[in-house]
Formats: sequence, C-alpha cells, structure tokens
Amino acid sequence: MAEKVLMKGNEALAESAIRAGCRFFFGYPITPQTELAAYMAKRMPKEGGTYLQAESEIAAINMVYGASACGARVMTSSSSPGVSLKSEGVSYMAGADLPGLIINVQRGGPGLGSIQPSQSDYWQATKALGHGDFQMIVYAPSTVQEMADCAYNAFDVADKYRMPVMILADGMLGQMMEPVVLPEPKTELPEKPWACTGHKFEREHNIANSLYLTAEELDRLNVERFERYEIVKQNEQLAESVMVEDADIVVVAFGASARIARSAVVSARKEGIKAGLIRPITLWPFPTDAIKETLGTAKVYLSVEMNMGQMVDDVRLTVNGQAPVEFFGRTGGVIPSPAEVLSKIEEINGKVGA
Amino acid sequence: MEKETKIVFQRPHALLPVVTNYCPGCVHGIVNRLVAETLDELEIEGKTIGVAPVGCSVMSYKFFGCDMIEAAHGRAPAVATGAKRTNPDNIVFAYQGDGDLASIGMAETVHAATRGEHITIIFINNAIYGMTGGQMAPTSLPNQVTQTSPYGRDVSTAGYPVRVCELLSSLDGPAYIERVCCDTPANVRKAKKAIKKAFQYQIDGIGYSFVEVVATCPTNWGMTPQAAFEWRRTNMLPYYPLGVYRDVVAEGYANAAEAAFARAADCPLVTGGGAQ
Amino acid sequence: MSRELRVVLAGFGGQGVLFAGKVIATAGLIEDRELSWLPSYGPEMRGGTANCSVCLSDEPIGSPLVLDPDVLIAMNQPSFDKFVDAVVPGGLIIADTTLVPTIKERDDVTLCMVDAQQIAEAAGLKGLGNIVMVGKLFEQTGFCERETLDAAIDHCVPPKRAAMIEMNKKALELGMNA
Repeated sequence: MAEKVLMKGNEALAESAIRAGCRFFFGYPITPQTELAAYMAKRMPKEGGTYLQAESEIAAINMVYGASACGARVMTSSSSPGVSLKSEGVSYMAGADLPGLIINVQRGGPGLGSIQPSQSDYWQATKALGHGDFQMIVYAPSTVQEMADCAYNAFDVADKYRMPVMILADGMLGQMMEPVVLPEPKTELPEKPWACTGHKFEREHNIANSLYLTAEELDRLNVERFERYEIVKQNEQLAESVMVEDADIVVVAFGASARIARSAVVSARKEGIKAGLIRPITLWPFPTDAIKETLGTAKVYLSVEMNMGQMVDDVRLTVNGQAPVEFFGRTGGVIPSPAEVLSKIEEINGKVGA
Repeated sequence: MEKETKIVFQRPHALLPVVTNYCPGCVHGIVNRLVAETLDELEIEGKTIGVAPVGCSVMSYKFFGCDMIEAAHGRAPAVATGAKRTNPDNIVFAYQGDGDLASIGMAETVHAATRGEHITIIFINNAIYGMTGGQMAPTSLPNQVTQTSPYGRDVSTAGYPVRVCELLSSLDGPAYIERVCCDTPANVRKAKKAIKKAFQYQIDGIGYSFVEVVATCPTNWGMTPQAAFEWRRTNMLPYYPLGVYRDVVAEGYANAAEAAFARAADCPLVTGGGAQ
Repeated sequence: MSRELRVVLAGFGGQGVLFAGKVIATAGLIEDRELSWLPSYGPEMRGGTANCSVCLSDEPIGSPLVLDPDVLIAMNQPSFDKFVDAVVPGGLIIADTTLVPTIKERDDVTLCMVDAQQIAEAAGLKGLGNIVMVGKLFEQTGFCERETLDAAIDHCVPPKRAAMIEMNKKALELGMNA
C-alpha cells in the first residue's frame, strides 16, 4: 500500500486531481480555497499542465468550458461567492454536455458572508447552480482521504455521463490536515470523439453548443438529458450507513457536519439511545435508496447541517411523510459541537418515547 | 467545341453551404466570407477551432466549416483561451460583436489581450446591439439614437464610446491590432489582408492578434444599406480611425514578448525578450 | 494522562504554533494513529493571533475543531485569556511566560509555566520557543514514543532547511527539561 501522508484537504483535492489526469486548472483566489490554486500553480508546470489565474471566476469557468470542449480533463475551484459567479458557465457546460470538475470549498453566506466553514450552498449545488433544467453530480466528502478519492473519481464520472461534477467541500475540510493515501496516477484516459480538436478533413465539424432556437428540438434534448439523469440516479448514489439497522433515530448529515453527527450518535448509543447515521456521499443523486432502507425501522429522522435547513427538504421528500423529519443546524461559519447535536438527539428521543 | 472554363469565384470551403440569418445589407456575411477564405488560403480549416459569440453572429457555428464552440455572452476570449491552452497546435479564433466584446465581455477581452494569448479576435463594430433589436452599444456614438438612447446617446449620463483598438494597443500582450472597414472593394481587400495577417501571426507564434471591422446595421439603424454605408463613412470613421494600431513585426520585433521586453527594459524584474 | 490528545495551540502569527501543531500531528501519523490538524484561517492570521486544533486518537476523529481542549499551549497573553476557561477540568495548560505575564489561576487543571522563548533564545535557538513547548507537552503527557518525536521533526522540517533539524531537536530536549 502507498504511504500515508499528512495533507490539507485542499491540497489532497489538487494532488488527486492531477493523479486523475487533470492537466488544466483555471481559477481565481478566494478564501478558504486558495491553497488548492496555489498547489496547482506549483505542481501543474512540473506535470506539463496548465495553471492559469483567470481575471475572474466567470472567465475561469468559461476557460474550463473551452478546454473541456476541446477534450481536456479540466477543473476549477472556488468558494461560495466565487461559485455563484461560475454558475453561468456551469449551465452552459450542462447545456453543451461538457464534462468538468468544479470544487466549492464552502464558506458562510449570503453575500460576502464569512470565510468560516458552511454548508449553505447545498441548494445551489443540488438544485440551481445556473439557469435552466439541469443537474450536476455532487460529491460531499467528509475526510481528507475522501476528498482525494472523490477528486480521483470525479473526472471519470463526468466523462462517462458528459456532465459537470461538483465536489462540495467546506472551509473545515479544505483547511484541515489528516493522513491520506494518494491514488496511483491514471495513465489511460477516455477518447472524446466529440471534442473540438480540428476535423483534419476526416469528419464533419464538431460543435460544442447549448443554443437551440427550435423549441421542439430543445425540448427533445432536455428530455434525453433527463433520461440520462435517471441512469445516473440508479448508478451513482453513494452513502455510508452507520448503526442504522435498529436505529429509532436516524441522523442524516454530510461532509463536515457528518463528522460531528457521528460523534454525537456514538455518544447517544453509549447512553442507550438507538441512534444511527446516514451520511450521503453523493448529494445529487441524493441517496434515496439508503434512506428508504430504514423507512420501516426508523421512528424519526434528524437532518444535521451547517445551514438553516436545506438537505432536510430532500430527506422529507424521500421519507414522504412516513416518519417525522427534524432539523438541527448552525450557520454563519459556526461548526456545531457534538454536545449540541447530542442534546438534540436526546430531546427527540424524549419525544418519540423510544 | 470545348471551351476552357476557369473558376473565378466560388464559396470558400470553410464556409458551409447553409442559409445565414444575416439581414440584407449586413456586413457579417462579407466578414464571415473573408475569415473562411483565410482558413482556405492558409490551409488551416482542419486544425482551426472557432468560437462564436452571442449576438447576430451567434449562429456562425453553423456557418464555419471548422470545429466550433458557442460561447456565453462576452466569454469568447476566455473560451478561446481554454481551447488554445488545451491544444496549442490548433488555430483558435473568436468572432465577436461590440456588445459581446466591449461591454459584457470587456474583462475577458482585456485580459486575453494582456496575457498575450495566441488567439485571433475578429471584432465587428456596428455601434448597436443587433440581435436584441437595436439597443445602445458600448461603441454607439455620442447622440446616436437607439432603442435605449431614444434622445440620442447623452455622454453626460451614458458616457463615451469605447475605442477598443486604442485601448488594447496600450497593452504589452498584443502582437497585432488593426481597424479596417469593408465599405468599398479596396477596403474589403484591405480587410482581408488584415484578417489573413492576424491568422498568420498566430500560426507563426508572434502573439495575440485583433482585427476590428467597422460595420453597419441597416436594420437597427433604420436605413437602407446604402444610407447605412454613408452614415458609417460620415460618423463612424472619424470616431474610429482605420489603421494599424500595433504591429510588433513592423516595429522590428520577432514577437509580442520581445516588444514587451523592449518597452519595459528599464525594469530590472523584466527578463526574456525572445522565447515565449 | 492517556495518549488521547485534544490540544489547542495558540499565539501570534509567526510564533510557529501551526508548525508545532504539525509536529504533534506528524507524530500521530508516524505511529499510524487517527489524527487531525485544523488551523484558524483568514484575515485574523495577518499579524494577529493564530491557533490550531490537533487531535490524536485511536478512534476516528469527529470534529477536528477543539472547543474544549485537554491541553492548551498558549504562547501569548491574548491566546491564554481566550482559551483558559475552555480547558476541561483535569486538563493541562502550558503557558509561555515570556509573553504570558498574567496567569489566571485555575485549581482544577495542571498549569505549567515555561519561559519558552527565553529558554530558546538563551540556547541560541531564537524562534524555537514553539518547539520548546512541544517538548514540555511530551514531558507532561507522553503523547507519543520518544523516538517518534525526533522522527516527526525530521519529517516536518523542509529539506531546504535541514540545518534546522538538530536545532529543533535540541529545543525539544530543552522543553522536556524545563
């Protein structure tokens, strides 16, 4: 097995992306993501790759769009306010069926908000990053190791479905160091016959485009794209379930807040409270299968998030009225403490009379 | 009796046999053709990537025979940057109008230029938003009446037109900047020469190249094509003088980098001057 | 004290509290334990205070943010004042008296006062007060094997500054004996 190294989450994302074959990075500085860009600035030239500090987040994502259209394995990274600016380009990527990786190391919002960790871009990532009918695949790692694993796999998934993929991290995961085993560099990358590489008079010209002035044509393409999304939903859901088999209270939490929720669940078990944890690793597709498996046994669900309650909507849609769904969250950059999550679990336990 | 036939005029190979969406009298058709002729003559259609803008030439990805990318409004230089960086052996051009290039995309325009991206920008300046139906553009002239300057562009509130060639020529990145017009056969030939030179500079690795074509919009100016040509000659050409604004080769340099080095040679941090 | 460690290191930017935290975390890495290192970040680092949380454990670590540390290593007065009451009863506070002149007494924690920067400077190790503090932490808690600590220094000092390795190790010794 490869050696364990100590790395920041932001750096692990970057190194792992390079090992996944990414050779093009376009970005713009913003806290708390900057280490990622700095790491790329250092490493890319040594790998024969391109690091380009764009004039804006908008330019950066459009460079990603152009590079992707030409067949590059390409990414950008930012933090919440910067990701809002990228939304234009992401929508165009979705409309032109272009793959690429967008990383959001979230901070508190709205507006300039804070620079402390947050999960308040859940809605943006899973429902509405940009205009129009489209989805991105969204990964929510919760350890530095998982940051590396997600970045390593994200490009393959993006290429497979020709979709933009997002890794939704946060300031805590980006800044913290943990031991990580880095993956082996990929050598085989997929062919992209659709890419704009010059037709050499050997084929029709390729076009990367999202404009369709005929309503019926755009309608048909959108329907086709959503058929593809259904396949993604079937194939790509990821979640970790911990002690849910006999759990009365199923806590649902992702990313950084899942780490805290896990500590609280372990403490609750020590008190004799039957608590468990479902940790979505993909936020879209939302891991409905993992939640549905607990529908017969769980008495109540508790969504724990670093926001005012966003993923809780998806938990409610999945549970669909078959059990109560509660919420606990902190915002603004406050990381909830295991103790406060535990007391919420205790409070709920008292209510359901387990 | 067999007569020897000689083809004197035909559709360029790089211009596809499709119906364009351009209005009668519009000069986009001429410039599309000039670009396509250039791709043919330089034998680069097979390795060229074109970037289409948002504006009247938004559908040009269907007109040019090379590989094409449709960009978001104003982002063509960023998209072209991504394309060129991915495959530096490809020839990459962006074809943009004034709203796209000088208003919503000004940041992308200036920064691609100052980075000295090895791309070619063809800029159609007709002093109005055509696609959306005749609103004031960043290059609309003082007192020019448009849908959104119905009393004429009041410079005290709407400011002054952007002169893009002049602006970009203050940067070190560009290798070649020229403003042309295509109102007469002689000027069409000059425009063609400029466009061809712009692509040639990219092929030769000399640097970023930019050609502005002062154009007309008979539809949204509310004139016949002939009157529009006259209006352009009377009003636009004095404001947007034709000519070469930058040509590092004519200035005696091998490329833009060498010229940039020479200009700033007194700064001890500036090094190089040759290899890009 | 158990080898379970949840420590907050705090001081001025430039005192090397993040580096000291990294040495502790690296000791955990070398011993193949669970660990996390989380720095404060952002504008507060520019000339202001810096702090980091380090956790070493044999169980997976939940929150890497330590709000109620077992150990506080305070290298200046504002940091001491900020975190002194957060330390759990039975915990440990190591204060660098060079820059923490005013000690708030707590009778439910162990308080170690080390004149770390002074000690380092006197030994010709200017700027290594942070590592003196790590030495003291080791002496008080035994959070890793002795040889691991030296290995962590070898690991953390960048190759370009290899000359600093022996100085860092000397600073550790000074801390252990302080």
